Amino acid sequence: MQTVLQFMFKEDKRLMDYKEAGLEKEDLKEIYRTMLLARKLDERMWLLNRAGKLPFVISCQGQEATQVGAGYALNKDVDIISPYYRDLALVTHFGMTPEETMLSAFAKKGDISSGGKQMPSHFSKKENNIMTQGSCVATQVLHAVGASFKFKMDNEARVAVTTLGEGSSNQGDFHEGLNFVGVHNLPFICIIENNKYAISVPRQLQYGADKLSDRAVGYGMHGEHIDGNDPIAVYKAVKEARERATNGEGGTLIEAMSTRLTAHSSDDDDSYREKTEREGIREEDCIIKFRAYMTEHEVADDEWFDALEAELKKQVTDATKAAEKAPYPDAAEALTNVYEEVKHG
Amino acid sequence: MAKISYLQAIKEALDYEMGQDENVFVLGEDVGKKGGVFKVTEGLQEKYGELRCLDTPLAESNIVGTSIGAAMMGKRPVAEIQFAEYILPATNQILNEAAKIRYRSNGDWDCPMVIRSPFGGGIHGALYHSQSIETVFTSTPGLKVVIPSTPADAKGLLISAIRDNDPVLFFEHKKAYRLLKEEVPEGDYTVPIGKADVKRQGDDITVITYGLCVNYALQAAERLSKDGYEAEVLDLRTVYPLDKESIIEAASKTGKVLLVTEDNLEGSVMSEVSAIIAENCLYDLDAPVMRLAGPDVPSMPYSPPMEDFFMVNPEKIEAKMKELAEH
Repeated sequence: MQTVLQFMFKEDKRLMDYKEAGLEKEDLKEIYRTMLLARKLDERMWLLNRAGKLPFVISCQGQEATQVGAGYALNKDVDIISPYYRDLALVTHFGMTPEETMLSAFAKKGDISSGGKQMPSHFSKKENNIMTQGSCVATQVLHAVGASFKFKMDNEARVAVTTLGEGSSNQGDFHEGLNFVGVHNLPFICIIENNKYAISVPRQLQYGADKLSDRAVGYGMHGEHIDGNDPIAVYKAVKEARERATNGEGGTLIEAMSTRLTAHSSDDDDSYREKTEREGIREEDCIIKFRAYMTEHEVADDEWFDALEAELKKQVTDATKAAEKAPYPDAAEALTNVYEEVKHG
Repeated sequence: MAKISYLQAIKEALDYEMGQDENVFVLGEDVGKKGGVFKVTEGLQEKYGELRCLDTPLAESNIVGTSIGAAMMGKRPVAEIQFAEYILPATNQILNEAAKIRYRSNGDWDCPMVIRSPFGGGIHGALYHSQSIETVFTSTPGLKVVIPSTPADAKGLLISAIRDNDPVLFFEHKKAYRLLKEEVPEGDYTVPIGKADVKRQGDDITVITYGLCVNYALQAAERLSKDGYEAEVLDLRTVYPLDKESIIEAASKTGKVLLVTEDNLEGSVMSEVSAIIAENCLYDLDAPVMRLAGPDVPSMPYSPPMEDFFMVNPEKIEAKMKELAEH
């Protein structure tokens, strides 16, 4: 409790006034719920990895505020997301269920993202407007740009959103795609979840710019630099970006300054970050900060938080058990969906 | 039926598909106002508007990557890469993305797109305007690679490619654009992808080839006929995945097989064709499989004597055919 109080005094001012962002108390509870669900799923996957049950985990921890704040500002019925591997909280908001996440983690047949073909966190679910992604970073940017070009061609009031780490923002596909967005004023939003590390390489060795959002000028886009640990600030920036996009005012590049609370992945030991740094960033934990903010603004009390904690814990446990019990795909499924399979007869 | 060129046949296919399906659109460098550097897309922007015949920025990965995104959303993009060599900056999007969209999403998403590009030499294009680059793509399941050899096949295969629900690479021989003319069926005309075609019947030897070399092989076969040898000429048409059945049938028919490509010899499409024949037709063969191809140098040189040295032509094919027939 002392830690929470400490943040209330030290950090509370940094979170934006939710009323200023046009949010209600119920909205904050909804945002917090998805953030916490993603965190709990993520934490469970690490435990399962350390217990030898999952070969691989790659985390969203520390980036839930950016992801859910952004998702909450979108219209998930019509907007398209082209996410990257850290976006568990974003895809959870868009409709990926805890059981689907666990089926993917265990590489089971029911994995909606890939039927057990891809590593976990390579999200895909057409029904929920989540585009499929590979592991080569920044390729997904162009797929979202292509989707936004379709929206412009067909005069549809929809936006395509892509997310990526700041490391990926150095790839050619990032520059080529954002340039194209600027040329055609496409309904597109790019969110850089800047967690300051490309695996081990710190941001001062990744780019010389002060802010990556400044690049927007060079592409002919609107640029925003925001606190990615504040879901309210992210919500407001993405909401405004969406309005511009659907009004024909073009694309937005948002740089959300975020935090990677874990190692790059379960195969990384994080030893390139000093212990003091690794412990220090715990103070930026968006879930702790947001809870403190909600408590102070009387959005929710401890009783609500405790009940939610218990409810989500059960959800994650149920999802884990179901996925663990679920069957693997047949070996012969390795041969399926290479090309369209035309059914005869 | 009108007699039209290979280039006009391709344009006709684009025009026909754009006219009957509003999701079909063309994009690439200079394809709009200029109508393409070879004029394949001439007139399409006037007819279908700037967005459906789009002049893109000079960035090949963007051309292909945005096509993938649009295709996933239900469009049918036909991307033009100005010269085949220029496709290399887009190979990550083609090999790692387009080819794997269906597989990695377990059939949830698909990627119905076509990438057209002029390839091949003999036009004084030197290193970067002459290459055969099909083998970059012919070992990646998920892709289809089509190379038409005649105007009618060009039209029919391109319409099939646009209607195909998987990504298709469509390589057009740039020397064939204005060289080859024939009667081409008007309107809706398709040729199936994945099926090779016997372009000439013969009992003495079999030539298997694709692209402009089909025309060269047919010329050579007519000359060889005067010497009393009749050649079967099989046009692969789709170089990936290969039509194994037709290859086996054509090789077994004569027992003497010559494989021709203007690509570099080692590691060409013909290396795989040769393996198929070795695996399936050994006891039907009356001579070792022969190959005729470009030399293993980085690319086609500019100066005419060196270019001619590199290029396959009817004379070179005829000489090899005779050597094989007399084996």
